[in-house]
Amino acid sequence: MSTVIDHGHADHAHGPAKGLMRWVLTTNHKDIGTMYLWFAFTMFLLGGSFAMVIRAELFQPGLQIVEPAFFNQMTTMHGLIMVFGAVMPAFVGLANWMIPLMIGAPDMALPRMNNFSFWLLPAAFLLLVSTLFSPGGGPNFGWTFYAPLSTTYAPESVTFFIFAIHLMGISSIMGAINVVATILNLRAPGMTLMKMPLFVWTWLITAFLLIAVMPVLAGCVTMMLMDIHFGTSFFSAAGGGDPVLFQHVFWFFGHPEVYIMILPAFGAVSSIIPTFSRKPLFGYTSMVYATASIAFLSFIVWAHHMFVVGIPLVGELFFMYATLLIAVPTGVKVFNWVSTMWQGSLTFETPMLFAVAFVILFTIGGFSGLMLAIAPADFQYHDTYFVVAHFHYVLVPGAIFGIFASAYYWLPKWTGHMYDETLGKLHFWLSFVGMNLAFFPMHFVGLAGMPRRIPDYNLQFADFNMVSSVGAFMFGATQIFFLFIVIKCIRGGTPAPAKPWDGAEGLEWSVPSPAPYHTFTTPPEVK
Amino acid sequence: MNTSVPLKRLVTRLLILVLAMFAFGFALVPIYDVMCKAFGINGKTAGQYEGEQIVDPSRQVRVQFLSTNAIDMVWEFHSKADEIVVNPGAVNEMLFVAYNPTDKPMTAQAIPSISPAEAAMYFHKTECFCFTQQVLQPGERIEMPVRFIVDRAMPKDVKHLTLAYTLFDITARQAPVAANSGG
Ligand code: HEM
Ligand SMILES: [Cu+2]
Repeated sequence: MSTVIDHGHADHAHGPAKGLMRWVLTTNHKDIGTMYLWFAFTMFLLGGSFAMVIRAELFQPGLQIVEPAFFNQMTTMHGLIMVFGAVMPAFVGLANWMIPLMIGAPDMALPRMNNFSFWLLPAAFLLLVSTLFSPGGGPNFGWTFYAPLSTTYAPESVTFFIFAIHLMGISSIMGAINVVATILNLRAPGMTLMKMPLFVWTWLITAFLLIAVMPVLAGCVTMMLMDIHFGTSFFSAAGGGDPVLFQHVFWFFGHPEVYIMILPAFGAVSSIIPTFSRKPLFGYTSMVYATASIAFLSFIVWAHHMFVVGIPLVGELFFMYATLLIAVPTGVKVFNWVSTMWQGSLTFETPMLFAVAFVILFTIGGFSGLMLAIAPADFQYHDTYFVVAHFHYVLVPGAIFGIFASAYYWLPKWTGHMYDETLGKLHFWLSFVGMNLAFFPMHFVGLAGMPRRIPDYNLQFADFNMVSSVGAFMFGATQIFFLFIVIKCIRGGTPAPAKPWDGAEGLEWSVPSPAPYHTFTTPPEVK
Repeated sequence: MNTSVPLKRLVTRLLILVLAMFAFGFALVPIYDVMCKAFGINGKTAGQYEGEQIVDPSRQVRVQFLSTNAIDMVWEFHSKADEIVVNPGAVNEMLFVAYNPTDKPMTAQAIPSISPAEAAMYFHKTECFCFTQQVLQPGERIEMPVRFIVDRAMPKDVKHLTLAYTLFDITARQAPVAANSGG
């Protein structure tokens, strides 16, 4: 790949504007990407602090620290903030920063809409978090907000919750439209679809998932709103509706949503592992097809969350086999990552450490998913800590480690400095040990029958819960340390060359570090 | 710069997709009802049955009755007997008692459900108090009938059925003015 780099002094005065208004009004994809990433990190710390409250209460059996009613608000808010406030915006931030750089585009296709979709998020989350201070308390019905808990029996603040979900949904949809438009219309000459880096591919597919399911979520909360305020009975049995319908609508959104949170991480890891293995990605084409099949299958497995609501036997069987089928394309991906490393000249810089841990630990999460997918087994596991262990293994060392790996991988490009490698490795090991301590014991207490979303538990679970809490505190504290590493890297450090990783491939490494405010104003030539 | 469609058209198409999926979310409601009816799943029973059947005296099915008050409902609500044994094809009747102990008129709606769910499509109600709302004056007590036929075609392995009613207080939605109590 050769590039014509043409930026800097030729076109005048195109640096960032000065002062606060730069951030309010910016349409620059790098500025917006940066804001998304900082927003996501702030939400990560906020949602994380709620998790600390949960783990502090569960440190010992019995009720010590918070009221059960507040505990319920903490589990609900933790889930909502992590899913919609931390993981999704972090990936949108990475998309904003990297997709134009990876496909040789000057910016996102719809820059003004880009600004708007970002600024909806602080509004949405301010609204959501403010409900915690309202008289009846914030949402307390779990992040899955099953009706009638979230309708007939909801606190007053549920209306604010619904409005916040609407805002987040609009933001994600606009972000997704922008990503699709950018990828389909702004690729540099010669950048054919099958030459795109996998991060771009996985984001293209994720964007379509978002466009397909966020409107369904919007419809779902709109129906709730109508049930609560306008006397309809979509989910109320008294008026001829059905609460089970809520679960179908929610999970029709909800299962594709879990892939929205993991596919971009698949893409990032598929760039990082080849770099530090100094080999091209094994099975690029199969990766693209595997991602597409996972996305397709994610639409026909939703009722695996509903094995115990009383769906008919054929339903149990269909959703069980369809779910088990997802393991096939997922297995293809894991196989390809491992084969990429096979006989490579591996080095283990921080991004690679996070990426390798991703492959191993995400696979563990996939296996517990397979156990849950077996309908008769799920009768036992459903709504226990085993489910909590499963989704934390796919989300923490999956989505979150994918984001950390990406952050370390591209920090030199963003800041122009190398981060401190020793500190980065320390961050990795503390996170790795902390998260395994926190979440591995949950498998066992779950299999032994400890239910989820309850502030107290039977004495027999005491020791494992204490270990979980210690691990969680360790993981939580470590993330403050990550903040320190990032700030240190922004403020200084060894200057980064345009291509700080010798094995790296891709257009993003052809521009200097830090990436100038405007890049690829003349499209590069991709051979 | 690619062979792709112009930006404006692309964005329009994506917006149409968004709107279509929003509509699809709402379409799930009728789709769900149709699926439940068509496959008789979820224990949902159909509306009033008009047909007639020949009695099958050789087979017996136990039908058990459950009456539950939804949360916040204060009426007394129960069936006259816990269970009866019926022959498929025959018309049977069971009386349910409802009593409003409060000093206010109230409206209630009963929602039926059949277990096992696969038997729901073989359970026909020729008359049911669940087809309408009940309005009870303060202190009023009524007996409400349900008449039903168990279909001769019901799978042979179903020997035991449960008909469960949940009674909801819908006074807030439907003011208790009409005097059609017991309807
Ligand atoms: C091989 C792949 C996977 C399989 C077979 C699988 C299977 C399942 C099943 C059957 C459940 C329902 C368990 C129950 O509620 O009883 C579940 C729950 C869950 N899964 Fe997965 N899963 C997989 C991958 C993922 C991924 C990649 C993510 C996210 C990145 C994810 C996130 C979740 C979440 C958040 C829940 C819990 C939802 C809740 O009830 O709050 N899963 N999974
Ligand atoms: Cu799922």
